[in-house]
Amino acid sequence: MLTTEEKKEIEAEFPHYEQKRAVCVEALKIVQRHRGWVSDEALLAVAEFLEMTPAELDAVATFYNLIFRKPVGKHVILVCDSVSCWIMGYERVLGHLKARLGIDLGETTGDGLFTLLPIVCLGACDQAPAMMIDEELYGNLNPAKIDEILASYS
Amino acid sequence: MDHLKNPLTANIRPGKPPFSLKEYEQAGGYQAVRKALHSLTPGEVTAMVKASNLRGRGGAGFPTGQKWSFIPMGADAIRPKYLVVNADEMEPAAFKDRMLLEGNPHQLIEGIIVAGYAIQADIAYIFLRREYTLPAKRLKTAIAEAYAGHYLGQNILESDFSLQLYLHESAGRYICGEETALLNSLEGRRAAPRAKPPFPPVVGLWGKPTTPNNVETISNVPHIVNHGAAWFKGLSHSPDGGTKIYGVSGRVKRPGAWELPMGTTLREILEEQAGGMREGFKLRGVIPGGGSTDFLMEEHLDLKMDFDGPKQGGSRLGTGTIVVLDDQTCPVGLVHNLMQFFARESCGWCTPCREGLSWTARILAAIESGQGQSEDFARLQKHTRLLGPGHTFCALAPGAMEPLQSALKYFEEDFNRHIREKRCPWR
Repeated sequence: MLTTEEKKEIEAEFPHYEQKRAVCVEALKIVQRHRGWVSDEALLAVAEFLEMTPAELDAVATFYNLIFRKPVGKHVILVCDSVSCWIMGYERVLGHLKARLGIDLGETTGDGLFTLLPIVCLGACDQAPAMMIDEELYGNLNPAKIDEILASYS
Repeated sequence: MDHLKNPLTANIRPGKPPFSLKEYEQAGGYQAVRKALHSLTPGEVTAMVKASNLRGRGGAGFPTGQKWSFIPMGADAIRPKYLVVNADEMEPAAFKDRMLLEGNPHQLIEGIIVAGYAIQADIAYIFLRREYTLPAKRLKTAIAEAYAGHYLGQNILESDFSLQLYLHESAGRYICGEETALLNSLEGRRAAPRAKPPFPPVVGLWGKPTTPNNVETISNVPHIVNHGAAWFKGLSHSPDGGTKIYGVSGRVKRPGAWELPMGTTLREILEEQAGGMREGFKLRGVIPGGGSTDFLMEEHLDLKMDFDGPKQGGSRLGTGTIVVLDDQTCPVGLVHNLMQFFARESCGWCTPCREGLSWTARILAAIESGQGQSEDFARLQKHTRLLGPGHTFCALAPGAMEPLQSALKYFEEDFNRHIREKRCPWR
């Protein structure tokens, strides 16, 4: 079941598009914003609300890498692994994040605070190596700076 | 900065919030909308853009005015007509559109209104990648201001022209930047590219006439309308009109992005703007226009970075954002990184791209880790042909082959050394 608030937010998108299903990517993001991820139950509810089959919607949901079909931590770390960051020290950044958090890419820390995911070029090549945590971009990373950034999240 | 020399960036204040509507108007903003809507016909705007030699800044370089002229006009045209701005900047090493989106969102919106008027669009979308959160915030503010200022909506500035503008925030995947994949994505589908023809100007979003344009392309439009085609052509060092936002990343002294005359040489961008190589590093080559362009070498540095210059060295202008390969970075590792990117980002629709890129990446991984076989070099060469133009559904895999084929040409000895010594000499 979608909440009244989720429904209201999804409905607000309808006038922007010729067809209802066009809202589906935004609808999945809305649900994800409220619940952290898109569960099977949430997917079925969105599909019904948008008059799509669950298979149609799941084909979309599983295509886009920023729709999470598995639970994620409270904060999602996206580490840029594209060419400029790779040249400028991506491997060191990733190594430090993994050691510091005790998890591999695709995993969540035991306390549920962080999920570590790879991401394509963040368009921050002038401040490589870079990463994002939730909505925030961080550039010119080094181990000390990463420690400082991680400490600011709780 | 001089507005007549650096039109795109003159009103950008690095590190500070962009101009509000009021500040933008005080700096002469939205004059192009007034001029177009009150004194020019749509055909006259398109003719100006055609005469300016503005070419698409997304990578393909298609003449913008010509693209607009493919849109059906007149009372019989199918409605609604759409303008879609591609702000899905995700090419490896490209970060130029971010500068314009964050730095001057009203300039883009003004360009959208003028371009929308030229093709008589009813609805415009900005298709923005999800990770561009600061651009999203700034665009939302600017769009709301533009509606409030009556630059968007019904009967803009009391003219007969109406335009709705919506920001569409995506949810990831590089392939969304391919123009027909982008349209599928906007319709709420998987972003697999569509067969062409028909092309979007005839059968686009929901089957309606649609013009896809890049952020930098559209941001140029208000200035062309304000100052004319001859002025725009005069900005350039080449027959392609205007300025270009060039970027440099890698081990240079000052990585960054700058607006320079179109046709500025690679050497000037690398040495004068980026400050040359960092102490202790030597340049071995560059990828001149984002991850899907061929390497250029030291001997190519005097080529002009316009749409024809890099071709003389076997490459392309692409996005105009340059990655520098230095002597302490393994070229095999770099190409492996790019192939992993393209393999992961393949939409999976056509077999050569889905399977071939992944095998290419695996062969490169083997070579890099010392497991390469003597036949691997020839295997990779074969793949550059099998995944090249004409064998795949869209341009993703052929683009991926560009840095690979030129790396095989210029860094053959580095590949062979990995295979011979069974290790990466850089590790």
